[in-house]
Formats: sequence, C-alpha cells, structure tokens
Amino acid sequence: MSTTSVAPAPPGTEGQDAPRAAARRRSGGRGRRTAAAWGWGALGILVLVVVWEGYKALAPEDGVLIGDLRVLPRTTDLAMPHVWEMLGRLGEPVTRAEGSPLLWAAVALAALTTLGIAAAGWLVGLVVGVGFALIMQRWRLAEWGLKPWILVSQAVPLIAFAPVVKSWGSRVEIGSWEWPDWLSVAVIASYLAFFPIAVGALAGLQSPARRDVELFRTYAAGYWSTLLKLRLPAAVPYLLPALRLGAANAVVGAIVAEVSTGLQGGIGRLLIQFAGQASGDPAKAWGPIFGAIVLGLVAAGSVALLGLILKNYRRGEAA
Amino acid sequence: MNAVTISGVGKTFDTKEGTTVALEGIDLTIAEGEFVSLIGPSGCGKSTLMRLVADLEQPTTGSIEVFGKTPDRARRDQDYGIAFQQAGLLPWRTVAENVGLPLEIHKTGKAERTARVAELLELVGLSDFGGRYPDQLSGGMQQRVAIARALAERPRLLLMDEPFGALDEMTRERMQGELARIAGETGAAVVFVTHSIPEAVFLSDRVVVMSPRPGRITDALTMSFAGKTGREEGLREQASFFEMVTAVREALHQGSPTTAVRGVETR
Repeated sequence: MSTTSVAPAPPGTEGQDAPRAAARRRSGGRGRRTAAAWGWGALGILVLVVVWEGYKALAPEDGVLIGDLRVLPRTTDLAMPHVWEMLGRLGEPVTRAEGSPLLWAAVALAALTTLGIAAAGWLVGLVVGVGFALIMQRWRLAEWGLKPWILVSQAVPLIAFAPVVKSWGSRVEIGSWEWPDWLSVAVIASYLAFFPIAVGALAGLQSPARRDVELFRTYAAGYWSTLLKLRLPAAVPYLLPALRLGAANAVVGAIVAEVSTGLQGGIGRLLIQFAGQASGDPAKAWGPIFGAIVLGLVAAGSVALLGLILKNYRRGEAA
Repeated sequence: MNAVTISGVGKTFDTKEGTTVALEGIDLTIAEGEFVSLIGPSGCGKSTLMRLVADLEQPTTGSIEVFGKTPDRARRDQDYGIAFQQAGLLPWRTVAENVGLPLEIHKTGKAERTARVAELLELVGLSDFGGRYPDQLSGGMQQRVAIARALAERPRLLLMDEPFGALDEMTRERMQGELARIAGETGAAVVFVTHSIPEAVFLSDRVVVMSPRPGRITDALTMSFAGKTGREEGLREQASFFEMVTAVREALHQGSPTTAVRGVETR
C-alpha cells in the first residue's frame, strides 16, 4: 500500500474529488439523456407513420371484420388518408374561395386562440389549486373536509357543466363589463386544471421531513417564513409534474368546452367543422387534429421550461 | 447561572398500547461552557431529554430551565443551536445559504449575514465550499455545515443528537476533534447525545449514563485524564483515556440487568 493513501486528509477536503467526478458524470449524462429523449421521440413518430402506411397498404379495403364487427378500420383514402396527403393539405388554402388563408395558418390561429383560453384556465386553476392546498396544509380539519369534495369534483363529467356555465356567464354583467363567452370556456378548463395542481401542491407542502419542520421550530420561525423558506421550495418537485398535468388538462378542457358551448375561433370549433367536411376533403379534417396535438405539446413544454428555471429546487429529487 | 437545570423531570407518551414512561425523575444541571454527553442504550430517553431542553417536547412532570428561562423563552431567544443525526440541509440552498438560514429567518442584515457566514465557514474549514450545494458534499462535510448553521446565532448552548452517528469511523474521529476545538473556541455548553463510549469520553467534561424502561440517570462520571485537559488526538491512546472508557462501560452495565447492553457501541 502506498503511504499517500493512508495519510490523513487536511480538514475540509474529504471526499472532495468524488463529488466533483459525480458532477461531471451528471452533466455529461444529462446531455446524452436529452439527445436520447429526442431520438426516441422521433423514432416513435416514424414508427407511427410506418404502421399507418403499412396497414393502409396491406390490410383489405373494407378493414378487418370478425363476423359483422369491424375490429380494424377501413383503409380507403376517405377513412385513412396518406400521411403525405394530410401534411400536404396543410399547405393548401382552407377553401377554394378567393383570399382563403392556408390551412396550417387557420389551424395555427385557432390553436393560438385556444392556447390563450387554456392558459387563462390554467392560471385560474393554479391560483385555486394552490389556494386549496395551502388551506388544507394549514388546517388538518380543512383537509378532511375538502379533500373528498375535490376528488368527487373530478367524477362529474365536464360536458354536463359546459352549458350551465355558459348560461350563468351570460347573465353576469358588472357595470359596462359583460362576461365574454371565452371566459366560460376558461372556467371549464380551470375546473380540470386545478385538480392535479391542488393534489400535487398539497403533497409538496406536506413533504418536508419532521426534522426540517422541527429545525424551523427551533429557529422560532412563524407560519409565513416556514412556508416561504421551507414548504414552498420543497413543493417545487411535486408542483412541476402537477403543473404539467394541469396544462394538459386545461387544453383538453378548453377544446371540449369550445365544442360543447359552440365557441367560435378556437381549435375545438375547427375540429367539428372540418370533420363535417371530411367526406369531400378527408385530409382537411386531420389539420386541426395535428394542431391540437402540437397545442398540447406546447402547453406541456412551456411548463417544462418553468422546470429549467427552477432547477435548483429540484436537487432534492436526485438525493 | 447554569446553562441547563433539569429538576424532577418525567415524560410519558400515550400510545395505542398504553402509556410509555420515557423518562422518570431526571435531575441534571449543566454549567455554562460544560460539555456533557448523554449515553445509554436505545430507548433510554436520551434523545427525548435533549428534545425537552430544545422545547420540541413538553415534560409531563418537573421543570426545565435554560439559562434561567423556560425552554420556550430560550428557544424564542435563540439561546441554543441544534444539530441532528441527519445534517438536514435544504438541498435547494447553497452551503452558505444553508448556514445563513437562521440569520435570514431572524432578519439579520445582508452585510452582517455575509460576514457571519464567512466566519462560520472558516470555523468549520469549509471556506472554499460556500457556493456548493449539499448534494455535492460528503457526509462529513454536510455535518460540518449543519454544525456551522447551529452556531450561526452565537448560542451559548449547543444541543447535538448523535450528530456523527451516520459517519464512518475515520471521519467520525476527525469530526470529534473538530467539535472539541469548536466548543473550546466558542465557549458554548454542549449537550451531546451518543451511544458511542469512546466518543463520549473523548469529548466530554462529564458523561451522564442513562438506563431504559423507564429512562433514568444511573450515573454521572466526570472525565479526568491525568495531567491533560485538551482534547488532542493523542488523548485516545493514553492509559487514562482507557480507564475512563472502562469506567463508563461499567457504569452502563450496572444500570442494565443483562451484561450485553444493546444499542451501545463499545468500539
């Protein structure tokens, strides 16, 4: 054994190299993981395209039937347009009328409209969800009283609410301000968005170990400084996935609410409208579907950006 | 004035199985600047006793004074600093921010805080690590940060619940040396909960031996090492050190009906 390995390290240096090496490994691994994630994503889309086109080419025109029951769809151009036709259609005008915008532009505009409404719903859901979580964390009695209702709220079908919210909204008039129809849609979106946020935020606020809470007690820290310096930072790793779920829920809620309240201008309306024209222009109906998918990804991706900003609060996740 | 005065303290816990007597008839005074270890097998209530002093639990009977005040008052006045077996650093804060946490909570000015944190990091030998995050430190370094944090408000009393229990033997001995130095430099009284006999002997002015069911103090041994008062590494190899280790071990065994004292490390 060499003498250097048994020589006592000067104070404050033990294990110094190991963490550094670990940090190097971590940062290198993260870059590779990101690349791998994109690679798998692209591969997934490719597989989807191959399956779609492969089925269309190989399966019988009338689909696969067991008795009278069709278990796999027809492969006609009407039921399953080619991938390139669907994508190509995006670059053509919406209608043959003079001055009609291109399909992708119309879809993008509608998607942005819906995104705005969903974002408003998400914000309302964030405020309401975190508010509920704060109340439930503060008072055990509130948790017992509120939690069952919050769970039940999600068992009520959203569709049942939409017309009611719209008709209530239309009666709201404060001075010269009138309740706009899009706000009804945002409220319904928030109804779906608040749930995962409330559940995630509550778990996060309750996550600090007893040891940490006691440490703050020994500092004679009050409710607010414990909340700001311990509970909220500790809640971040729980909140981020909850916010992402909330964002996805807000988009679904907004689209469904647009359809059921008949709101113009959003992607929900476009989905219904173009689906009605599918017999004459099958590829066109897929435009808003792609738009809705991108919309969901953008919404979830925006929250992921939030995660990057708050990355120091996620250090606990690795430990 | 004494740092801690415990008189006639008892503590019972109500559990589903009935009432558990954790502590019974505890009388103990700790002088200012005195280093006292509480040692005993698992379940003897040594941690509970420390938690009573820290005002994290309330005694069922008897009274406790910390610098002549109630534990509640002493806690609010930040008369003591505390460290647990787990360092318990907040992972989203840098080392410097963790050390400065109590100062931040007590609204100490930024300039003063920065200066105090630098001083504390110097004291525990981590001056170069202020910008690191806890997950980038070894267990021993994390525990140093926790000790620095406990000292932030210049407490005259330090409460430590097996702070080196999770460390390996080598690191542990080095940390004991560091703690002896720090306790000497700050002049703070220390209540140190441990179940390692050599650790208690090396660090303490007085070793308080406890026995379980119910938790009682069975003995209190004043450590005296022929002609030596300092806590240098060499002390561990002195004959008087071994005598004290033997004395504590015997005191522990007398307090227990069986010869094997469970939960006590005699290494």
